[in-house]
Amino acid sequence: MEQPHEQIAERFRRIMPSVGFCSLRIVRERSESLAVRQDVLQPVSNGDDLGVMVTVIHQGGCGYAGTSDLTEAGLRRALEHAREWAQRSAACSVTDFSQVGFAHPQDEYETPVAIAWEAVSLADKIALLQQESARLKTDERIVDWEASLWHTQSDTLSITNGDAHIRQCCSYIVPMLSVTANAGTETHTRTFGGRGYCRQGGLEVLDQTGFYEAAPRLSTEAVQLLSAPDCPAGRMDVLLAPDQMMLQIHESIGHPLELDRILGDERNYAGTSFVRPDMFGTYQYGSELLNITFDPSRPEQYASYQFDDDGQPAQKEYLIRNGRLLRGLGGVVSQARLGLPGVANARATTWNRPTIDRMANLNLEPGQSAFSSMVGAIERGVYMKTNCSWSIDDSRNKFQFGCEWGQLIEDGKLTTVVKKPNYRGVSATFWRNLARVGNLDSYEVLGTPFCGKGEPNQVIRVGHAAPACVFSDVEVFGGEQE
Amino acid sequence: MQEYFYQLADFIIGHLTGEEQALCNFAAEDSDFVRFNHSAIRQAGTVAQRSLAVELVVGQRHAAGDISLCGDFGVDSQRARSLLDRLRAELPYLPEDPYLLHATEVQSSEHHGENRLPEERGMIVDAVLQAGQGRDLVGFYAAGGIHAGFANSSGQRNWFSTYTYSVDWSFYLSGDKAVKTADAGFMWNPHVFEHKVDTADQQLAALSRPAKTITPGRYRVYLAPSAVSEIMELLNWGGFGLKEQQTKQTPLIRMTQEGAELHPAVTLIENTRAGVAPNFQEDGFRKPDQVRLITHGRRADCLVSPRSAKEYGVATNGASSWEAAESIEMAAGELTQDKLLTQLDTGIYINNLWYLNYSDRAACRMTGMTRFATFWVENGEIQAPLNVMRFDESLYRMLGTNLVGITAERDYMLDPNTYHARSTGSSRLPGLLIDDFTLTL
Repeated sequence: MEQPHEQIAERFRRIMPSVGFCSLRIVRERSESLAVRQDVLQPVSNGDDLGVMVTVIHQGGCGYAGTSDLTEAGLRRALEHAREWAQRSAACSVTDFSQVGFAHPQDEYETPVAIAWEAVSLADKIALLQQESARLKTDERIVDWEASLWHTQSDTLSITNGDAHIRQCCSYIVPMLSVTANAGTETHTRTFGGRGYCRQGGLEVLDQTGFYEAAPRLSTEAVQLLSAPDCPAGRMDVLLAPDQMMLQIHESIGHPLELDRILGDERNYAGTSFVRPDMFGTYQYGSELLNITFDPSRPEQYASYQFDDDGQPAQKEYLIRNGRLLRGLGGVVSQARLGLPGVANARATTWNRPTIDRMANLNLEPGQSAFSSMVGAIERGVYMKTNCSWSIDDSRNKFQFGCEWGQLIEDGKLTTVVKKPNYRGVSATFWRNLARVGNLDSYEVLGTPFCGKGEPNQVIRVGHAAPACVFSDVEVFGGEQE
Repeated sequence: MQEYFYQLADFIIGHLTGEEQALCNFAAEDSDFVRFNHSAIRQAGTVAQRSLAVELVVGQRHAAGDISLCGDFGVDSQRARSLLDRLRAELPYLPEDPYLLHATEVQSSEHHGENRLPEERGMIVDAVLQAGQGRDLVGFYAAGGIHAGFANSSGQRNWFSTYTYSVDWSFYLSGDKAVKTADAGFMWNPHVFEHKVDTADQQLAALSRPAKTITPGRYRVYLAPSAVSEIMELLNWGGFGLKEQQTKQTPLIRMTQEGAELHPAVTLIENTRAGVAPNFQEDGFRKPDQVRLITHGRRADCLVSPRSAKEYGVATNGASSWEAAESIEMAAGELTQDKLLTQLDTGIYINNLWYLNYSDRAACRMTGMTRFATFWVENGEIQAPLNVMRFDESLYRMLGTNLVGITAERDYMLDPNTYHARSTGSSRLPGLLIDDFTLTL
């Protein structure tokens, strides 16, 4: 671990004011993005972003200041700003922040990495992408194709005036393949799970996620969709692959369970929630097959960590067990405001944003059903893979999602490939129609780099692991009829 | 700040050797952010951020990187030097880029926005808190300077700075029933703000009536400019760029491939001259004052980045690499506000749409939700607030066969988005009266 963080921390300790609570979060993120599109290397970009977030709680108010000026004068200015905002808001805050019990732990966390990003030369990584790009172009109807890798190394040190010292270093890999086929006005794109196969780790992630085997399958499927019939309309069963389950969990369980939404913080932007505080402990969110966990402890998953950005120790918790709602997604501030248990999920995008309640890893625990048995039990339905369209109301209830690829299930067998599969429903009832949950054979560890929320806006990494699942009596439909 | 950036750029350019060329892009902001909930402050703070992006070019090879800046020249110049060395070390491993295109004609420019924001940073915050008294206010205030610069080794220098504020807030009645309002600009005017507060308050009163739930079906609707902006935002996701058109991924593929048209009253332009975004882009090209995207219902020009220009053999029009409009404008129509409800007659008055996405991209069919103040109207009079409904409708119907009218008045809206940094996007949009708008859930 490099020393500049400690030097900045020491600089800060020298000027730390006498206030109720004060913290410094130092974040450095180094990133590299490589992409080969149509066999041509795209502009290579590197990032090296370093800055700090100062938080002050004083007289019950809370203020923050983010700055990339890491000189002592810069840190001093940031402290002054944060203290000024704390004072200014002391008499008109949503809560008395001095009553929030922040922890002051000392610990370290580092992503386990088998093949470090730097261990493979730039030339070899480009050659790898060239190879995968070429493998995507299998047909003259393929009009666009791209293979890419995005690596980020984050290094965070958080200290407080209570002697907290938390160092967390994480390595993130986002592998991506995309292939687009066209005939006339018919265009279809297949991707490597959107960017869903993002993981923590090193380049071993490519083996773990099947990156090397995906290209021929994706290009075949893109071309196949050009001549596929439209997805039928009607009420039927749907079997959702993990790379659609990911989105379903994210939008209609993750966001509604965020305590800051329930508190109303997001009502002007990301929205509110149909979940009310009195529903925790009693509300039947889904069928008894539904088990949802907040799990920051899977080392390979995208949003794993040992402490959240408010310094709270993170551990696995059941949010929904056997379909019953138990606990929400809220950090120490939201827990204090609501008087409800939560999890360690107060997180910030990077140094220039304050912490808010985020999802981190939100997983649907595997069940008992083999994939073949789930297909076999469906008389009429559609198997849908890979999300490509998502929309849900501001209370996180009425949703409509679309997938890249669909296949009919008729009399227990996968049959005709169909294009433009869409379905819609209402969160509050949809999960009660969860009829089967796949076992570990269909279970996949996925996530997304792009979950947006907050004012000021923040986009953050989240993880979602899930097996394939069956939902009964769902409203399904296809594309525009001429 | 401008001088500091130019000094850093000169430092980098001074360390180039042989045939090396460099492009430098600078971005900075000093922002106050205050978040409100239940008429109190949820989070308040300040962000000061500066970053420098450097692209090193030798022939057709190039590599780029960006670093954050602390403001101390000794530290920043060393970090810039390290970045330059790293890019130099990478270049031999990179193949020649057939689509590399940078500005070679020197087109320097300067735009210095005047800082007319209140000196007392709490003034607007206090006004918002005051407006929240006796009401349930939730919202967000952002204000401060935004700066951008470009410099290259050919001697081109561009500078842009602006100072804006934005108050984006909602008055909540109960549940999801709320009125959303925005007040943004360059100079705070308490009277304008108070007028907007009063107007929102009046709409809030209308929301207090028992809410109506309607069944899915086709309805005559009025989309206010803020709702239209959501449609434009989605259309802007791949709808106007050359790359998406050439790779057949544009949602307007039926216009480009089959000559499909929108209503002849529909004209869309990227109006850089009237916007607040910089008029130069990261490769050093200047943007024209206007690019016509749709003219009288017909697809017109694309936004063309330098890279697409080289790839597809056309001229660039200074679009950024993502080829999206930043200052979109829709031509006004003839519907006047005072006759709007009469014209709507019986139907739905929609102030805001929310969370749009394509449900069939090739057909430009969009889905999304109504949000905030949406009203059921009968015989030209507001009857009741409407519970949220999902729509699923094609652009070719919304802005084509089913378009009844476009308002004469247009709203100028500054983009309140703050992902990574405060946006300099803007739009000038009218309201739309549409028949047979499809609601599905």
